[in-house]
Amino acid sequence: MSAPSGPPERAHSVHLLREMLRIRRFEEKCAELYAAEKIRGFLHLYIGEEAVAVGAAEALEPDDAVVSTYREHGHALARGISARSIMAEMFGRLEGCCRGRGGSMHLFDAATRFYGGNAIVGGGLPIAVGLALADALRGLRRLTACFFGEGAVAEGEFHESLNLAALWRLPVLFCCENNLYAMGTALARSESEPDLCLKASSYEVPAWPVDGMDVLAVEEAARRAAIAVRAGGGPIFLEFRTYRFRAHSMYDPQLYRTKEEVEAWKQRDPIPALERRVAGWGAGERDRIEREIAAEIDDAVAFAEAGSLELVEDLARFVYSERSGP
Amino acid sequence: MSGPSSAAAAPARVHTTYRDAVREALRDALRRDERVFLMGEDVGRYGGCFGVSRGLLDEFGPERIRDTPLSESAFVGAGIGAAMGGMRPIVEIMTVNFSLLALDQILNNAATILHMSGGQFHVPLVIRMTTGAGRQLAAQHSHSLEGWYAHIPGIKVLAPATLEDARGMLWTALEDPDPVLIFEHGSLYGMAGELAPDAGAVPIDRAAVRRRGGDVSLFAYGGTLGKALEAADALAAERIAAEVIDLRSLRPLDTGSIVDSVGRTHRAVVVDEGWRSGSLAAELMARIMEEAFYELDAPVERVCSAEVPMPYAKHLEDAALPQPARVVEAARRTLGLAAPLGASGRASRG
Repeated sequence: MSAPSGPPERAHSVHLLREMLRIRRFEEKCAELYAAEKIRGFLHLYIGEEAVAVGAAEALEPDDAVVSTYREHGHALARGISARSIMAEMFGRLEGCCRGRGGSMHLFDAATRFYGGNAIVGGGLPIAVGLALADALRGLRRLTACFFGEGAVAEGEFHESLNLAALWRLPVLFCCENNLYAMGTALARSESEPDLCLKASSYEVPAWPVDGMDVLAVEEAARRAAIAVRAGGGPIFLEFRTYRFRAHSMYDPQLYRTKEEVEAWKQRDPIPALERRVAGWGAGERDRIEREIAAEIDDAVAFAEAGSLELVEDLARFVYSERSGP
Repeated sequence: MSGPSSAAAAPARVHTTYRDAVREALRDALRRDERVFLMGEDVGRYGGCFGVSRGLLDEFGPERIRDTPLSESAFVGAGIGAAMGGMRPIVEIMTVNFSLLALDQILNNAATILHMSGGQFHVPLVIRMTTGAGRQLAAQHSHSLEGWYAHIPGIKVLAPATLEDARGMLWTALEDPDPVLIFEHGSLYGMAGELAPDAGAVPIDRAAVRRRGGDVSLFAYGGTLGKALEAADALAAERIAAEVIDLRSLRPLDTGSIVDSVGRTHRAVVVDEGWRSGSLAAELMARIMEEAFYELDAPVERVCSAEVPMPYAKHLEDAALPQPARVVEAARRTLGLAAPLGASGRASRG
């Protein structure tokens, strides 16, 4: 297995920076709009973990599939779902990617093969196995990237799915985002064996720990893994060691961790970490990118504000299909 | 139509069983559509826990007849994913009790993804499972939970009770763009009878009148259809003409056929192997009250399972289940007839 190596192109690094900043600013805007009661329900922000979604997305081809969790805005943006349609979805608008029927936790998009937005911890893993099974049976050389948090490792569906994917050598890229806390329960308080790679390895799934605060490391690991998975070698498990800087959701006083711990992790913020590595990076370039991102987000908010509401008469649509066959 | 010439022209009917009819339906689907595959516990080398898929592994190979680990949640979820990925999976779950291990996938994913995605993703998945009691398998292999599943919007729930439906519902379910659950009552697999040699797909959205009669409607499905027909025979001996309706589809319910029958007979008994409280029978009674109240000449009756975990001992299991004698008693009550001598009367109705 060969891996891309050497210093990344500057333009590529700037692209990665831009994508991470885009997610960061989008999430900050979401928090603001939540406080303003424009977004309701549960809202889980991805701030701090941007390097994982952005780096992993680089390894995916347009016809690959993505299965994600309820903390999926970053995955959705990195995958190419527009900020407009995500924001409109959170505003409950007809113009949202799911016509306002999913909300923050359930983003879906057929065009990018984005299969949710699953808010049952561990519930997406079996679906990823099935998407990969379909590809294997159809002889398609594409993969399914399945994101989940380390909390999912305690669920039976994690173990059933890793076993099944390995047993049938299915093209699944298991992307575990280990941010150390399942809501407020630290990994060491919930796992007798907190080494997640060891668990995955026990199913004969190659498992690599990756610095999830380093977008270049994430990208390189994801690309190497994707090559192997596409080649028919079966699933690979990537443990991205990351941290969320914000609360679990908007209702979390964060009693379970110290401010010092949060501050220590913020020193490893993936955005400044990459900024320091880009030759000639400066305020001018950054300001320009920030302005472009701000314009995109302002446009998304305006789009959502101007959006329409699904007719109440259409409440019962999409419970059953409206055409004879998919 | 009974002349010698028409009899000679009619194709010879084939003697078969419910089990063989389901197998023939599987074989037919696997031949007709290369996207179809069967997966579940022991469907391959073992031949199916109830022998339904015996021989299919040799005929179609391990790619399409897939033995799975004992991982109900993973292989049902994999069925959902494979369905969204362009295949037409048939997932077999050994019994309805085991399906509870996959309830997360069925309820939170199969039934919701079309809606949550705003109509973007369809889940053309078929799940078959065995349901029901009568084989002394006690409290973890015998329950009738199809009524629970019928509570869930987003899925369709079928209960084939005849050879024609065992043979014909599967293909129609596979052509449906949404998840369909097929409940095969365990006591029916050995049921033998005649089937037309060209038997094939049947509609899945209508109830069927299995016996005509003008005095009382007996509503049944799956494992209770035979009991309702037996009760109708006993009632006929008393000159009571019972109409027997086979619900066939538990979700959606064919309310029109239910109301039509009550309009003809003005009396109704619902026979349901589920527990009485919060049962499918309760839903039928509610619909009859909502839509046919003024047609009724008597309160609607129901015969359900006793509210106990299913016991092992034969006499206790028999007592827990709806039986034809209890259906007869209930039907007689709707007609204002006293229980015959020796019958246990109202106090013991389940």
